[in-house]
Amino acid sequence: MSDRRLPPVTEVAMASLALIVAGGVYLSAHLPQHVPLAPAIVLLALSVLLMFGNLASLARVRGFAWERFFAVAKWSLLAYTVIAGMIEYAFLQNHLHGGALVVLTLSLVVFAVHVPTLVGFTVARYEQK
Amino acid sequence: MSVQEGAPGAEADVALAPHPSIQVPEFRIVPRAGIVAAALVVVLLVIAIAANSRWPLDFFHVAGGAAWTIVDLFLGLVLGPILGSLSPQARVEMTTKLMPKMVVIMPIVVTMTLAAGWQLGIKDGTLLSSYPHHSWVVASFIVVGVMSILALGLLEPANIAVLIELKKPRPSPQVIEQLMKRFIYCAAILGLMQVATLVIMTKLASS
Repeated sequence: MSDRRLPPVTEVAMASLALIVAGGVYLSAHLPQHVPLAPAIVLLALSVLLMFGNLASLARVRGFAWERFFAVAKWSLLAYTVIAGMIEYAFLQNHLHGGALVVLTLSLVVFAVHVPTLVGFTVARYEQK
Repeated sequence: MSVQEGAPGAEADVALAPHPSIQVPEFRIVPRAGIVAAALVVVLLVIAIAANSRWPLDFFHVAGGAAWTIVDLFLGLVLGPILGSLSPQARVEMTTKLMPKMVVIMPIVVTMTLAAGWQLGIKDGTLLSSYPHHSWVVASFIVVGVMSILALGLLEPANIAVLIELKKPRPSPQVIEQLMKRFIYCAAILGLMQVATLVIMTKLASS
């Protein structure tokens, strides 16, 4: 088993996902009232920061099994894009619009990028170079 | 693997693959038939949401929710401990047959439950903050949110990683052991959280 020092990608990704879930719960809990978007935007911004930080820290790892990472992550990306598309479709079907739609759509983008990253990382970290 | 027979903890750490007599059967990481079935479910779900008709939405939400709850409870609390007590060869065979199905089943079951449930909530007005039991609905959001984070962050990556490890010419028993433990423990936690979902949903359905 690999004993390389790797950045805490899983932990950071879960924290990032927790932030967008919290934002989603906050917005959903106030339907259909007009709700201040600031808390949801802050949660989303923090989640995006964690995602980019995660990608940057992973990109700096020397000797990481990128071939395996992308082989898995690209199919995972396809699957989670379909799932995110389903959720977006449900939002649009129910006439969600304005700031709430933008925040939730961007949250879905974070979800659709970060989960495949996590799957690719979990697989590639055990690859023997 | 360094664990010696008879050593403390040896049973729990029994190697899955290095035993010379253990064979890893041929398997597909993602079964093709499963992809076709999942695509069909997605199409039907889109039609159900577009039609906004009660019966198909109820069907997807109730059938999906029941499947999600039962699979988590059964896997975490029944099958998991059984899997841990099997011989290494039996465990490999069970894993290569069970885990590819889980790769397809769980994401699609979760998607159909949540998407149909959201649409039903909009249709019935149970998502609105004016709904008398709104706090229970918000509690369900939180429970589902935590479960989603665990499933997406730990369970699903472990599921795929263990299958890819088993596809290698020389799979590492330590890696498989570690990932399977993560998968089973995570499934057990999700199973227990499903009890909370059952409490909330039965409360909402009976109110």
